[in-house]
Order: sequence, then structure tokens, then C-alpha cells
Amino acid sequence: MSSIFGKLLTALRGGAREAGEAVMDANATRIYTQEIEDAKKNLGKAKRDLTNIMASQTKGARDVKQLQDDIAKYEASALSAMEKNEEELALSCAEKVGELQTELAVQEQVLAQTAAQVIKLKALIKQSETTIREHERELKMVKTTESVQKATQSITNTQHAGANKLLDAKSSLDRIKARQQHTFDQMDAAEVLENEMGSGSLDDKLAQAGIGGNKNSASDILAKLKQGAANKG
Amino acid sequence: MNKNLKELMTQVTTLDDEKRGGLDLSFEIIDEQVAKVTVEDRDELPIFITMADDQLLCICSLFDESQVTPESRMAMFESMLSLNIPMPLSSFAKMDDRYAVFGAMSLNSSAEDVALEITTLSDNSLDAIEALSDYLN
Repeated sequence: MSSIFGKLLTALRGGAREAGEAVMDANATRIYTQEIEDAKKNLGKAKRDLTNIMASQTKGARDVKQLQDDIAKYEASALSAMEKNEEELALSCAEKVGELQTELAVQEQVLAQTAAQVIKLKALIKQSETTIREHERELKMVKTTESVQKATQSITNTQHAGANKLLDAKSSLDRIKARQQHTFDQMDAAEVLENEMGSGSLDDKLAQAGIGGNKNSASDILAKLKQGAANKG
Repeated sequence: MNKNLKELMTQVTTLDDEKRGGLDLSFEIIDEQVAKVTVEDRDELPIFITMADDQLLCICSLFDESQVTPESRMAMFESMLSLNIPMPLSSFAKMDDRYAVFGAMSLNSSAEDVALEITTLSDNSLDAIEALSDYLN
């Protein structure tokens, strides 16, 4: 699989590409999307198959175990029969053991095949998942690149239009800094003004010191009124 | 979540002051997928927001190739690569012949996250030009 970074770099490298030209043609994008869909379908099917096969693997293992138990049982029976000189019965047991061993061989064969299928399906699932992940990542990168190209186009159009034609970076920075300095200067000036006019004013300081000021307290007023009344009387 | 660029940008620009780092932001929609954000007092360095396939890209164009002193390109690249990791939330990039700083975000980012991205990107762009000015004409 060729690297998506390589493709993108080729597509982006100046000159070869017309402005706004797609990184990946629409047909290739469609193929990719289709491959992702196919891989997802395969993945779903493989997962279902795996579930079924693993179920029959469990059943197969159980059958094999059962056959092995049966064989052991009939072998023991055959021995017991021989000890009791029941030749005919012993022979029947031996025949049964023979049948069971044939069946066991078949079942073991099936079980081995099932195990191989499980391994194969697991590998297939892993492969599908990888395909999906890689293709989705690649498509994402292609689409992002296309968005960036669109944005670049917008940026170019916007910055070439309007009064502020592409300024050089250093003068932009100088202008911004000058403007910020101006804002700070304004703030300083405002502070000076505030100190002169506002809470920091001379009158205020005097008032705070109890000199001058026009703060007429109720007791002052009352005192004045009393003074006035006394003068009259 | 925020599939609509205009809606998202309206949310971002009307956030409380402290969520915008005290910077006033205004925006205009340039085409359906690209918004231009102007940061107060920084008109020369607008930030472009674009909705890509599954991410939000915030891009601030710094300067173009014609402004780079040709013999210092390599040194500038080295500086850019070295600054890339320390620079908060943003990385250096090149688009056609334009150098930029950018940040990529999830489409599910909140307005607060986008505002932080924009103000950080704006601060980064000023610092970046200053840091790289030795390599510029």
C-alpha cells in the first residue's frame, strides 16, 4: 500500500496542481469509500461466522470428550468381562471400543479443521479492521487537505481584496504593537485623569483630612439651626 | 454537535469577557465553510476558522515565501520545528506559499474551547512573527 503522506505531498507540491484541484479525484474517493463499505460488510460477516464456528468448536470439543469417556468406559468393561471369563461380552465391548475410536478420529479431524477456521477468521477480521482504519484515516486526510485548500483560497482572496493588501509580517506586528501601546497609553492617561478628577482629587483629600468639603452632617445642620435661633432670641 | 459554523462563531464572540481572555472578537462568514475572526486591535492578523471533515481548523496566516530571506530558510525551519511543541495549542504550517500557525479541534468543542484556541492562536501568531523576524526581509 502506497503511503498517503506521499500522495498528499505529490498533490500539494507546487506547480503540478491547479488551484482548487482535488487532491484525489472523485473516482478514487468513491473507490476508497466503496472499499471501506466492503471491508465493513466482510467484517460483519466474518464476526458472525466466527461466533458460529466457535460455538461448533465448543460442541466438537464436548463430543470428543464424550467419546474419550465412552472409550475408557468400554475398555474397562472389556477388562472386567475378561476377568469374569465372559469372552463374548468382552468381545462386544472391544468391538464398541473400535467403533468409538473410529468416530473419535473423525471428530478430532473436524475439531482440528474448526480450530484452523477460527484462526483464519480471526486473521480476516483483523485484516478488515486494518483496511477500514487505514482507509478511513486516508480519506480523512484527503478531505482535510481539501478543506485546507478551500480555506487557503478564502484567505488569499480575503487578504488580497480590501484595503489591507498583503502586508509584510513585520509591519503588521509593528502596527499591532503600536495600537496596543496606544491602548495602554490611553489607559495610563485615563488613570491620571481619574486621579485628578475623581477620588484622588485635592478636594477629596482635603475633605478626608476634615478640611473644607461640603459634607453637611445632620449634627452640623442642627448646630447651625440652634445657633440661628439663639441669635434671634 | 456544533455543525453550524455561524452559530458556533456567534456563541464564541458573545462569550463573557474573561472567557475570551479580555479580547474582543468579531467574525464574518466568508463562505459556508470558512469564517474570518478579527481580534480586537489585531486586524492585520485575522484568524480563519474552517470546518473540515471531522475537525475544526483555526488558521492564522503569518507571512508568505517572498518575505523570507532565502538564505535563512533552513534556520527558520529549524526554529519552527523547535518551537512547535512548546507553543501552546498551535503548530506551524505551510499552505501553498504561505506560512501559518494553526490549531485543530474536535467538531464537538465547546464555544469556550474555541475562544481559548482563537485567543491563544492570536497571541502565538504575534510571538511567532517576533521570534522569526530575523529570518524575514
